Amino acid sequence: MASPDLPDAGNRGGLYGGFPEGVPAGLAPQLVRFCEELREEGVKIGTAELLDAFDALGEVSWTDREDFRETLAATLAKSQEDRRVFELMFDRFFFRSVEAQAVEKGLKETRFEGGERIDLDELRRQIEAAIRQGNDGEMSDLARLAVAAFGGQGESSGVIGVDVQRIRRTLDLRSQGRDGDQAQGLDRDAVRRFEQHLRRELERGLIHRTESLPPSKPLAEFDRALPGGPLQDLAQVHRVVAQLKRRLATSGHEARGRRRSHVVDVRRTMRASLETGGVPLRLRYRPKRPRRPEIYVLCDVSTSVTSASVFFLSVLHALHDSFRKLRSFAFVERIDEVTEIFERERTFRAVSQRIAREAGVADVSGYTDYGRVWREFLERVGDDLDPRSTVIVLGDARTNGREPHAAIFGHVADRAGRMFWLNPEPRLYWNYGDSVMQAYEPYCDGVFECWTTKQLEQFVNVVAGRPEINT
Amino acid sequence: MSEATQQLAPASLDEVRDGLADAGYLASESAALVSFLAYKLGKPVLVEGPAGVGKTELAKALSRYAQRSLVRLQCYEGLDEAKALYEWNYRKQLLRIQTEAAGTAWQDVQEDIFSEDFLMARPLLTAISVQEPVVLLIDEIDKTDQEFEAMLLEVLSDFQISIPELGVVEATTRPLVLLTSNNTRELTEALKRRCLYLWLDYPDAERELEIVRLHVPELPETITRRLIEIIHMVRNLDLKKPPSIAESIDWARALLLLGATDIDRSLFERTMSIIVKHRTDLDVVAERVGVKLDDGIPGLAGRG
Repeated sequence: MASPDLPDAGNRGGLYGGFPEGVPAGLAPQLVRFCEELREEGVKIGTAELLDAFDALGEVSWTDREDFRETLAATLAKSQEDRRVFELMFDRFFFRSVEAQAVEKGLKETRFEGGERIDLDELRRQIEAAIRQGNDGEMSDLARLAVAAFGGQGESSGVIGVDVQRIRRTLDLRSQGRDGDQAQGLDRDAVRRFEQHLRRELERGLIHRTESLPPSKPLAEFDRALPGGPLQDLAQVHRVVAQLKRRLATSGHEARGRRRSHVVDVRRTMRASLETGGVPLRLRYRPKRPRRPEIYVLCDVSTSVTSASVFFLSVLHALHDSFRKLRSFAFVERIDEVTEIFERERTFRAVSQRIAREAGVADVSGYTDYGRVWREFLERVGDDLDPRSTVIVLGDARTNGREPHAAIFGHVADRAGRMFWLNPEPRLYWNYGDSVMQAYEPYCDGVFECWTTKQLEQFVNVVAGRPEINT
Repeated sequence: MSEATQQLAPASLDEVRDGLADAGYLASESAALVSFLAYKLGKPVLVEGPAGVGKTELAKALSRYAQRSLVRLQCYEGLDEAKALYEWNYRKQLLRIQTEAAGTAWQDVQEDIFSEDFLMARPLLTAISVQEPVVLLIDEIDKTDQEFEAMLLEVLSDFQISIPELGVVEATTRPLVLLTSNNTRELTEALKRRCLYLWLDYPDAERELEIVRLHVPELPETITRRLIEIIHMVRNLDLKKPPSIAESIDWARALLLLGATDIDRSLFERTMSIIVKHRTDLDVVAERVGVKLDDGIPGLAGRG
């Protein structure tokens, strides 16, 4: 603990010798509390990071909001995900503490007093000017004003996205490209940034009114990338899959190490021989590259897994870039090879359209017929399967009451080296209703529930022969 | 820390930003700030971001600005300490052993062959043992394996390297360290803890316009503006390899050489291989962007 005769300033931490000088006394405990909130959201911050933040704040002028934020971000948030959480938390935290102080001291904002009496045209003019300049600070202030003017008092729909669009319409903000006149339109990115500010202000208002944080944590929301409905933005799935794609491209690299093989590495042998006076007693070998497995992916595209198959198809799409020997099949009642479609088409949309149009997978009913699918798969590629091949099935194992024909599935499993099943339903729902997961499970080397990217990544780790990463 | 580093340390954030601009790099607010902090705190910087946003260029610009030489360690799979830190020159050692094979006590030879004469300094050892401070660039750290990362820790936090046969080599000068990563795998917590973090993304249209104009000032502004707009359109497509900033500049140079007065569809299709480097991507871009050019980009038709 701090000894009593030390001066008070800059010595509030005690245990580690206090906070560095140059950080105002009120700020230090605030920062510590901020870090604690970040930790609760899953950002890993150690004492080292905290001390760095203090050091860094000693070097920049912490009165500039942007510099202050960037400095904290550079020292505390060490990945893109962390950075996203940081942005959310930063606004929430410092907005709140400022508000709290304002209330405490009885301060009121005089600049924007009387939101209802604001001249609409004047406000619009100011907002347009701010968007044109791309001044974030100004935009943020004006967004707050706009929310005050049109946001509250029963007009709010309660859905932030709807409110943002309503306010934007009221303000009549046109971005470029709609009416073809550049002089009139505003830069699209800048408008989007302004919308971001609006959204933030509305969120703040909500937080403030309800006096609590939004129920869903930002991380959990991001993690669950599987779109719930057809309207949902696919871009998010794509972003996650793109990330996964890059990881897959390097999969297995770090776990590979130097295994023994039969080619002697002369340089390393000679180096090692120096320990024994230049006599090569121990041979060193060149590291061996593992053989890429042949992968067969069977993907259910029936209606019962509509939302999941969008996810799976984009995964397949990603896999095609990463594994050279990959053959993909789509099935509903029948099975058809779609490898060529994936190799030809670049965009995800084109792939799904061509699969819907060309692959003869639906026959009459449009319900999955697993028995027939296995039989046809075995007929088509049974001879190609060998112990090096890996078969991955993406499906919910719902047979619609039809016979599962597990024996034929067993044949496939016998021929193939490894067999995996990815089920888009949570494990809890398996074997309820017409789900026949247990009939297939004994033949598989692994069955996985797979409806988040994290689960998918775990699975990829297994396929790539890496140890499972604990979450 | 040496005298030199202290003298050269910038006094303010603006100084760094202007200095980088003079060195031909228009830094974003965060890039300038983190560079400034790296100077002040003497901490390594981990720079992440998609390929082609100028991560490596930042290091080069810093070295030009600080007038330090750049020591670069390009990482790749299988990179080990023999190529990154130091290696014993075993050929020379063998020769030494053989020439003195008879009549020399083993103890003497051993002490002799593990001396600095037989040590080959690799980039990391070079970076900390030179007289003048340098900028050390460890490029694409995510391409190496985790063991290598662990090995870096000693260098990055204490600026020293332990050589079992020789002892600890401590830094004579403190290098300014930048590590870049394309985020292909998660780096270890231990490494991140020792670094400041900088995320670089593609610049917005205005800043990219400035960057291109800085490098190709002769190209008329209307064309540059249109070029940037097209580049941003192309980046929004789901491509295997989106165009980088360097490619925008290359394209601007090409258009200048061709004496272009406007970017129409045929010119675009003839020159788009400068910004798109993948066969399948070429098809997508021709299909999606080329068509739009024919109709004229809204807001640009009839101009230029």
